[in-house]
Amino acid sequence: MSSRIFGSGIRRREDPRLITGAATYTDDLSLPGMLYAAMLRSPHAHARIKKIDVNAAKSAPGVMAVYTGSDVGDALKPVPCAWLLPNANLKIATYRAIATDTVRYVGDVVAVVVAETPYQAHDALDLIDVDYAPLPCTLEPQAATTPGAPQIHADIPNNEAFSWSVSGGDVDAAFRNADVIVKERIIQQRLIPTAMEPRALLAQWSAASGELTLWNTTQNPHIVRFLCSVVTGVPEDKLRVVAPEVGGGFGSKIAAYPADFITVFCAMRLNRPVKWTETRSENYQATTHGRDHVQEVELAAKKDGTILGLRATVWAGMGAYLSTAAPGIPTILHGLMLSGVYNLPAVHEDVHGVYTNTTPVDAYRGAGRPEAAFMLERMLDKLARELKMDPADVRLKNMIPRFENGHSVITGLVYDSGDYPAGLKKVLEHVKYQDLRREQADARRQGRYIGIGLGSYVEVCGIGPSQVAGAIGFQGGLWESAIVRVHPTGKVQVFIGASPHGQGEETTFAQLVASEIGVAVNDVKVVHGDTDATPMGWGTYGSRTTAVGGAALILATRKVKEKAKVIAAHLLEAAVEDMDYADGRFFVKGSPDKAKTIQDIALMANVAWNMPPGVEAGLEASMFYDPPNFTYPFGSHLAVVEVDPETGEVQLKRYVALDDCGPQINPVIVEGQVHGGVVQGIGQALWEEAIYDRTGQLVTGSMLDYALPRADRLCEIEVLNTVTPSPHHPLGLKGVGEAGTIASTAAVYSAVLDALAPFGVETLRMPFTAERVWKAMQK
Amino acid sequence: MKVPVSIVVNGRRYDREVEPRLLLVHFIRDLGGVTGTKVGCDTSQCGACTVLLDGIAVRSCTCLAVQADGSAVTTIEGLAPAGSLHPLQEGFWNKHGLQCGYCTPGMIIASYELLRTNPNPTDAEIRHGLEGNMCRCTGYQNIVRAVRDAAQKAAVV
Repeated sequence: MSSRIFGSGIRRREDPRLITGAATYTDDLSLPGMLYAAMLRSPHAHARIKKIDVNAAKSAPGVMAVYTGSDVGDALKPVPCAWLLPNANLKIATYRAIATDTVRYVGDVVAVVVAETPYQAHDALDLIDVDYAPLPCTLEPQAATTPGAPQIHADIPNNEAFSWSVSGGDVDAAFRNADVIVKERIIQQRLIPTAMEPRALLAQWSAASGELTLWNTTQNPHIVRFLCSVVTGVPEDKLRVVAPEVGGGFGSKIAAYPADFITVFCAMRLNRPVKWTETRSENYQATTHGRDHVQEVELAAKKDGTILGLRATVWAGMGAYLSTAAPGIPTILHGLMLSGVYNLPAVHEDVHGVYTNTTPVDAYRGAGRPEAAFMLERMLDKLARELKMDPADVRLKNMIPRFENGHSVITGLVYDSGDYPAGLKKVLEHVKYQDLRREQADARRQGRYIGIGLGSYVEVCGIGPSQVAGAIGFQGGLWESAIVRVHPTGKVQVFIGASPHGQGEETTFAQLVASEIGVAVNDVKVVHGDTDATPMGWGTYGSRTTAVGGAALILATRKVKEKAKVIAAHLLEAAVEDMDYADGRFFVKGSPDKAKTIQDIALMANVAWNMPPGVEAGLEASMFYDPPNFTYPFGSHLAVVEVDPETGEVQLKRYVALDDCGPQINPVIVEGQVHGGVVQGIGQALWEEAIYDRTGQLVTGSMLDYALPRADRLCEIEVLNTVTPSPHHPLGLKGVGEAGTIASTAAVYSAVLDALAPFGVETLRMPFTAERVWKAMQK
Repeated sequence: MKVPVSIVVNGRRYDREVEPRLLLVHFIRDLGGVTGTKVGCDTSQCGACTVLLDGIAVRSCTCLAVQADGSAVTTIEGLAPAGSLHPLQEGFWNKHGLQCGYCTPGMIIASYELLRTNPNPTDAEIRHGLEGNMCRCTGYQNIVRAVRDAAQKAAVV
C-alpha cells in the first residue's frame, strides 16, 4: 500500500461547503407546498390527560391540521426500543408517539399542529386546551425503585425497566482476602448532548406512488428507514431516508423519536411535505440525555496496591420510556468494561435500569464506557490515597502488560491489542511527572492549590461482530458495507452505509481508497447518507465507522484491485501470477516500464472491448464486512488544575491526552476528534448537569442554564500518541471518536480532588461548580 | 398587519412585507432563501446566527427584521466574493477549525468582528472574544489556531 496519502494530514474536502454557507442541513431544505409542524409537549412530569380541546387551534390562521393521540390511533405503532437486553427481566413500557391518557415527562408530546408557516404552527399550540390531572412524579433513579415511589407505568413494578448483572472470578473471596477496601458512591450526573444543530425532519409523501422520502438529521439513516418502516407501515423499498449535512450528534441522533413518526404521519395524512425543526428548549426537553447513574462501588486490594476485586451496584436512569439503544448502554457498554486497562481478578456488578419522570436517556459520546472508566479511576485514586501511594504507581502496578493479539478479561471480553503502561509512562515523561509533583508541593507551601489528575481507559468500539449483537439483544446487525466503483476515466466513487456527521470520512475514506489503488485522492468521491444511493449500513456511533466501515471499504477496494490485476495481465498478455503492482500501475514483474495504469484498466473494463475470458465488464466491487471482534483503543490522560481557595473556582492549567487508536489515516482529523472529546469530558467534570426541580421541570432547559464548555474556560490540549495496530482489522485501525470523552472526566475529577486534598475533601459530586468546591473547602 | 421592510443581504436588496415579530434570521433564511446562517439556540446563547449588520456583528435571532429595515446584512455567504475565500475561511479550513460545520458560519462572522476590533489578538484574547460562540465538536483549540492563522495572513495582506 502506498503510504503517501494514508497518514497525511490533508485538509478536509467537506470544508469548502461548510465555511461558505453552501452546506445543506435538513432545516435548510424547502419543497413546494411545504407545511410546518410544531409539537405541543406536556408541561407536567406526570399527569393524566382528562381532556384535550383542539377546536380553537384548528381554526387559527394558517392551520391545516391538529392531531392528538386519538387521531393517530393505530396508524403509528409504538416507538420501538431496539436493544432487547437478554437475561435482564426487561420490561418495555409502551411508548406512544403521541400520549393518549398519561404524560410521563415534561416534553411528552400530546398534540401536533401543522400550519403554513412555523410561526402560525407555534401560535396555534397556545390555543390547544389540555386538562391535566397532575400525578406525583419520581425523578432520581435510586429513589424511584424504593417502596412507595410513584409508579410511572402501571404494569412495571418498582419502575424497574431491567435488572442485569455481570460476574467473574470469586468476588467474595477477593473481599475476604483484602487488606484494604475502599468504597465510594458516585453520581454520574445527567448530561445533555447538545449537538449544535437541533433535530429536524422533512417528510414528503406521495399518495400516488406510495413512496415516502424522509430527510432526517440522523447518525444512521438505514436504521431510521428500518424503524420508520416498522412504525409507519411504509415498506422499506418505498421509503427513502436522507441524512443531509448533519450538525453533530454525539449519540443524540441515533434514536428513533416520536416527533419523527408524527411528522411522517402528518405528511401522509395531508399529502403535503411537512417539516419539523425542534427549538433548543425542545431539544433539551425531548432529545435524549446521557449518563444519569448512581453507582455504589467498592474495591478490594492488597496493601501493596494490587487490586483483587470490584463490587458495584448501579441505578441507571432511563427516563420515562426506553429509547432505542438505552438498555445496552449501562450494561453491555458499561458493565463489560469494568476491568478497564487493569488486571482485575474478580468482579460483580448489578445494574438496575429505572424508569423516572424525565427525558429518555440513551447514548451520549462514550455511552457506558466513560461511566466504567470513571468508576475504576476514581477507585484507584481512593486506593492510592488510602495506601499513601502515588496514583500513577497504583495504576502502573495494576495495568495489563503489553499484548499484541488477544487478552481475556474477567468480564468475558477479549481485548485485541494494547500497551497501557507504555502510554501512561509516555504521559508521565512528557510532563516530567516528578518535577510536576515538586512544583505542586512548592505551590502548596505558597498557598496555591494545584492538583494533578490521571485518567487511563480502554474502550470497546468498532462495534462489532453481528453474532455478538444478536447474543446481546441488539435488534440489528453491526457489519458495514461499501461499494467501490471505478468510472471509465478512472475516477472513483465509493458508496458507504455508514453516515458520518462531522468526523470527516469523506476525506479519510478517500485517503484509504487512494492509498490502496494509487489514484489521486481528489479522484475519489465518498457518497453516504442516502438509503437510495448507498448499500445498507448500521450507522455512525460507537467509534465504529472507520473500524468497521473503513474495513469494508478497504476490502472492497482490494477486490477492485484484484480484478484490475486480472485485466492488466490480459492486456499485457502475461499470467496473473507474474503481475506486480506499484502506485496505481500494474506490470509484469521486472518490467515496470510497460505498465497498465488503473485508468487504462478502468477504461477497458467499462468499454469491455477486450476482457479476459469469463471476466465481467465493469470495475466495481462491494463488501459487507462483519468484524471478528471489537476494537479496543486506549490511552492515558493527565490534567493539571488550580483551585482558587477564595472563590472555589477551578482553573484548567494543563491537559495532556495520549490516545492510541492504531495507525492514523489523517492525524489532523484524529487530533480534532481528541480535542472535541476531551472537552466534552471536561464539561462533565466542571460545568455540565441537567437539573430537574422536584416537580420534574427541567431547570437547565436552555443554553443559558446548561453550562457548555466555552473557549475562554479551556487550556491548550497537548496531544500525544502511541500506535498499537489492531490484529484483526485489515489496516490495524481502531477508532477515535469517543476516546477523549472517556478519559477526560476521570482525569479532571482526579486533579480537582488532588488539589482539594489539603482541605480533607475525600469526595465531591460533579460538576465542580465554584460554589460546590468552595463549600467543600470550608468543612 | 404586515409592514414593509427593505434589507440588503450580501449586496442584494430584499423588499418584503413582514410581521413585526419576524426575526432577522428568519427573514434572511426563509424570506431571502439565504440559508448559510444557522439557528442553534433561540435564546442568543450559542452565536450560530451571528451576522454583520451594517458591518457590526449581531445575533440575528434576537434582532427583528423591522429593526434591520434599511440596513445591510452580511452573512457567511457574503464574506468573500464568489469563488474566493476570506482569510478567516481559509484559516478555518487550513487549521481544521470545524467538524460538523453548524456553528461555523456564526463562528467565522464572530471571528471577523474580533479581528476588526483587534487585528492581532493573543490566544487568550481570541478565546475571550469567542466565548459567546458555542462549538460542541472542536473543543475550540483549532478555532483559536484558525483565527490566529487568519490574523497573521491578513496582517501580511
